[in-house]
Amino acid sequence: MDTDRLIQTLAADNDQRPRPVSTQLAMALLVTLPVVAAMLLVTLGIRPDFMSAMRNPFFDTKFLVTLALAIPAIVISVHLSKPEASLGRWIWLLLLSPFILIVALIVEMAMPQRTSMMMRIIGRNSSLCSAAITLLSLPILGGAMIALRHGAPSRPAVAGALAGLMSAGLGATFYAAHCTDDSPLFVATWYTLAALVVAGLGAAIGSKVLRY
Amino acid sequence: MRGRDDEWTDLMRSANAGDSVAYHRLLKSVTPVLRAGARQGLSRAGQPPDQAEDIVQDILLAVHLKRQTWDANAPFAPWLFAIARNKLIDALRRRGRRVFVNIDDFAETIPSELPAETLPTVEISNYLADLPPRQRDVLRSIAVESASIKTTASKLSMTEGAVRVALHRGLASLAAKLRKD
Repeated sequence: MDTDRLIQTLAADNDQRPRPVSTQLAMALLVTLPVVAAMLLVTLGIRPDFMSAMRNPFFDTKFLVTLALAIPAIVISVHLSKPEASLGRWIWLLLLSPFILIVALIVEMAMPQRTSMMMRIIGRNSSLCSAAITLLSLPILGGAMIALRHGAPSRPAVAGALAGLMSAGLGATFYAAHCTDDSPLFVATWYTLAALVVAGLGAAIGSKVLRY
Repeated sequence: MRGRDDEWTDLMRSANAGDSVAYHRLLKSVTPVLRAGARQGLSRAGQPPDQAEDIVQDILLAVHLKRQTWDANAPFAPWLFAIARNKLIDALRRRGRRVFVNIDDFAETIPSELPAETLPTVEISNYLADLPPRQRDVLRSIAVESASIKTTASKLSMTEGAVRVALHRGLASLAAKLRKD
C-alpha cells in the first residue's frame, strides 16, 4: 500500500476520535472502584469500631498515606500517556506519601508505647494485609491498563509501574477501612510491601500491553 | 521551522474539530519530514534506507491512533517527533540493533533534503490479508481501491456507520500486527 493511500485512509477515519486518556481512566475508576468496595464489604467488611477509630489520628493517617500515593500516581499516569512526556520532576510528587508516613513514624516514636516495635510491625493481621491489598488492587489495575492503552507512553514499563502504584494506593485506601493495625510502623512495612508488589506487576504488564 | 510548526499545530486543531481536509493536508505535510528522518536514522544505524517507507507508515498509523494524546494547547511538532523517534527505535530494535536515536533526525531535516518519491512498501499490504474479513474488505475498498465510505457501504451492503467502525478497527488491528512483528 503506498503512503498516499494510507494517508487518504487515515483522513477518511478522522471522524472516529477516541476520548482523551484522562476521560478513559476516569471511566475505568468509576467502574472498578465500586467493584473493589463491594469486594471488601462482602469478604472482610469494615472494622467494627470504625466510627470510634476515626478519632484516632493514626487510623486517619492511613487514609492520608494511601491517598497521597494514589492521587499523584493518577496524575502522573495521565501525564506519562503523552509520547513526549518523561517522569522528570513529577517523581517528586510520589515522595508525598512516604513523607507523611515518616512524619507519622517520628510522632509515634516520640510517644510512650505499650507494645514493642516488633509487636507493632507484626500487628494483628500482617499475613492478611499485603495479600488483601494486592488482591483489592487487581481490578483497579486491570481497568487502569485498559484505559492507559489509549495512551502512548515513551516508557511502557514506567507507565505500568505508576498504574500499579495508583491501584495499590486505591486498593489500600479500601483495605484501611478494614485494617485494625494503626501503627505507622505496620503501614510502612506491609502497605509498602503490597505497593511494591503491585507496582512490579504493573511494570511487567505495562511493558507488554502499553507499547504502541 | 517556526512557521512550519505553527502551521502543523493549526491544521491539527482544525482536524480535531472535524476538518478531514485539514487532517489530510497535515499528514501530507509531515510525511516528507518523517521520511527524511527515517532514512537518516536508518543510515546512522548502518541500515539500508529501503525500509524507511515502512517506518513512515508505522509512524503515520501511530499518529492517527494516538492523536487523542496530543494536547491542543501544546505545539504539534514535539509530539509528532516523539512518536516518530519511538517508532524508529522500535523498527531498529526489531532488526536487532541497539541504537540511540537522536531526536534531531526528525526535528532538523531541512526541506530541501526531503526525498519526494515513495518507495514500495511490503509490511502493511502483507498484514491486510490476516485481518478479520469485514475489516479487511473495508480497508481494501478504501485504502487500495480508494473508494469513499459511501461507495464502500453500498458495495459491501453495510451501513456507513458500520463501515466507519470497521475502518477504525481495521487500522487499529494493523497497528497491533505491526507492533507484534
